[in-house]
Amino acid sequence: MAVISQRRHLIQRAGFAGLLLATFVTVAPIILVVGLILWRGAPAISLEFLTAMPREGMRAGGILPAIVGTFWLTLGTAVVAVPFGMGAAIYLSEYATDSRWTRAIRIAIINLAGIPSVVYGLFGLGLFVLFLNFGTSILAGSLTLALMTLPVIISTAEEALRAVPQSFRVVSISLGGTQWQTVRRIVLPQALPGILTGVILGLERAAGETAPILFTAAAFFLPRLPSSPFDATMALPYHLFVISTQVPGMPIALQYGTAAVLLVFVLGMNLLATIVRSRARARRQW
Amino acid sequence: MRDTTRSEFLVTRLIKLAGYSAILFIGLIFLFLLLEGTPALFEIPLGDLVGDRWYPIEGFFGMLPLIGGSLLVTIGAALVAVPLGLLTAIYIAEVAPRSARELLKPVVEILAGLPSVMLGFLGIVALAPYLRRLLDLPTGLSAFTGSLLLGGIAIPTIVSVAEDALDAVPRTYREAAKALGATRWQIIWRVTLPAARSGVLTAVMLGIGRVIGETMTVMMVTGNAPVLPTGLASLFRPTRTMTATIAAEMGEVANGSVHYHALFLIGILLFLISLVVNLLAASFVFRQRTRAERVLS
Amino acid sequence: MNGTKISVQNLSLSYSDGKESLRNVSLDVRSNAITVLFGPAGGGKSTLLRTMNRLNDLTDVIHVSGKVWLDGIDVLDPATDLIALRRRVGMVFARPVVLPMSVRQNLTYGLELAGERNQARLAEAVEHSLRAAALWEEVQDRLDDPAISLSGGQQQRLCLARVLALEPEVIMLDEPTSGLDPISTGKVEATLQDLKQNYTILLVPHSVQQAARTADHAAFILDGELIEFAPGKDIFTRPQDQRTEDYIEGRFG
Repeated sequence: MAVISQRRHLIQRAGFAGLLLATFVTVAPIILVVGLILWRGAPAISLEFLTAMPREGMRAGGILPAIVGTFWLTLGTAVVAVPFGMGAAIYLSEYATDSRWTRAIRIAIINLAGIPSVVYGLFGLGLFVLFLNFGTSILAGSLTLALMTLPVIISTAEEALRAVPQSFRVVSISLGGTQWQTVRRIVLPQALPGILTGVILGLERAAGETAPILFTAAAFFLPRLPSSPFDATMALPYHLFVISTQVPGMPIALQYGTAAVLLVFVLGMNLLATIVRSRARARRQW
Repeated sequence: MRDTTRSEFLVTRLIKLAGYSAILFIGLIFLFLLLEGTPALFEIPLGDLVGDRWYPIEGFFGMLPLIGGSLLVTIGAALVAVPLGLLTAIYIAEVAPRSARELLKPVVEILAGLPSVMLGFLGIVALAPYLRRLLDLPTGLSAFTGSLLLGGIAIPTIVSVAEDALDAVPRTYREAAKALGATRWQIIWRVTLPAARSGVLTAVMLGIGRVIGETMTVMMVTGNAPVLPTGLASLFRPTRTMTATIAAEMGEVANGSVHYHALFLIGILLFLISLVVNLLAASFVFRQRTRAERVLS
Repeated sequence: MNGTKISVQNLSLSYSDGKESLRNVSLDVRSNAITVLFGPAGGGKSTLLRTMNRLNDLTDVIHVSGKVWLDGIDVLDPATDLIALRRRVGMVFARPVVLPMSVRQNLTYGLELAGERNQARLAEAVEHSLRAAALWEEVQDRLDDPAISLSGGQQQRLCLARVLALEPEVIMLDEPTSGLDPISTGKVEATLQDLKQNYTILLVPHSVQQAARTADHAAFILDGELIEFAPGKDIFTRPQDQRTEDYIEGRFG
């Protein structure tokens, strides 16, 4: 008996070591990637880099237009995706009954979530840029990104709403509340941190995507900042793509610098979402 | 009092509208793709479409190399991501001490948030040259490089969904097995993992779905050569996926041309493939409580 | 003096899964008294309570027939103003469900739903209802603390006060003391005796002993049917129906 169990424990220790190794192989590259970009990108980052316009065909100067462009695109995405997404989530969580239509909505959302980002880009090109004649613009890009972000926001928001205990709703109704009063005064405020986390993560993804804006919003070289939603714009991810693949003689330091700015932006939003999540957990009254 | 009922009515209507909008959008997308893509079926003979040359400039629209490229890269990525992702998920869910978990989960989430263009960039400037030297290849931009990076992109999805699934296995299962004298190792493989089977499968399917849909990374590191993959050696040669084709060529096509329609046709194909994969993934996880359960609990 | 506040006539109710919950129940609830509905679990007592304030609308109820008169209004009539009904007929649930807000906000919640904005009136309602629920002394210095920081017994009395703040006519309590310690239970029962002077009280007790302690009138409900309905002092000492006697004696439960 003792021999068998000793062998079993040996197997276990070897097995656990293997799992640890696999985890290390997974995690180490992540740290490597982040470290590499920050280390080689940091030298390029200066005030000028962040606030000046590019010169010499992108090979010198700053990346301000790309930063500004990403800002506008993200804002535009938020303005469209958040109301629609929250509305749909509230509907699914609080109002929908188990009908054929509700099931259709859920299937539609699952499908929307799985569509490759480049297919969204195609759709955006066909509908917004060409058919509705918005042209290559912040408007077309934002709408395309918003569509892509919608399923993420809907599913995280719905999950946050569902997490609110049902007993709160029953109590509110029993005190003479209407459904909307219940949602507005109790359910929504309690779900807000979770919804916010989902929104931040969704926008983070939208800000980093290139394919959807390739044909709908992005321009490589614009001598001035965008002045209206109908202007095309530069954007950080697209900029990184072009300077690393299509600009001969592009200083590697600036490429890393651009990547570093994008990375800091993404990590920053990740951090924000984490902070929102943990603060909400601490202050929760249920 | 009257105001609340009127505004309540309005708000309820708006919310309902927002809910149904999801169906509207998906329908719209599918419609548009069909609209712009099906002409290709008429403009290009079917035999050509399944040909093995994709060379639009000279009128060759064979999609096989593109499908093959996507397949090659996806399989390669799956070979990387599935074992690593599942083993990492098991480690995090079952073996790692609490403090390590709190650290590992956010780190894996960081990977999930990294833009694909960033990974593609690193692929070009760091990984590809390195692989070229290491494996003595003519170029580091190959399906292999793409597979490695895409595997990395899929790992966070697999890890988080699988870890959730493992976490959800009731404590009592493990405790019962423990009472029967099983080691933790045995419990993992004989009790927990089988119990979490459907969630794990979902994780894998979602990971694969992620890989199929990736565009920028593959466009940047797989070399962009639409050549039909023929054997294992093809893994180390340049290739082209469906997604990269659309992204690379869309900017240069004339609106309404045959090439334009052909790219939309590829888009339809991608849409359908991801539909199948995601429906499969969703079918494994079907949670639904009746309203009565929710109210009376 | 003690007129009929609620008159249930031939009430039958079943759920969408076919389960019949109530079968032809008829009973008269007297005002200014404690009427107790007792019987084994799953018998339909909670369903009966939830019918009175139409809380069953939130569940999968398929078929309802019969009438439930609250004074002159048929509660089951689709045209009934549910909001007003639920303010007239308040409910305390088995487990104390305090809303995720402060003590004060829990109490003003119902009034704010009704549109009350006057701070003075709200403050008065807070004190008045807390006194009526015998909770004022204990929480008057903690009104702005999160309600979840109160003890279990205090939370349940807070739920009672929350209902009282709306100045209802009927108070329904569904096993209100099932999670509470004996001292808190005693406080709640004593409070109910005080409250019945001004309110009509419907109570589902969590034990036969509690039923016997508190009932002015008592109804024994078994498998959706009303078996016996009599004054409290009679039904527990001289039950007419054999099933009632068996349940009281503890032969089944």
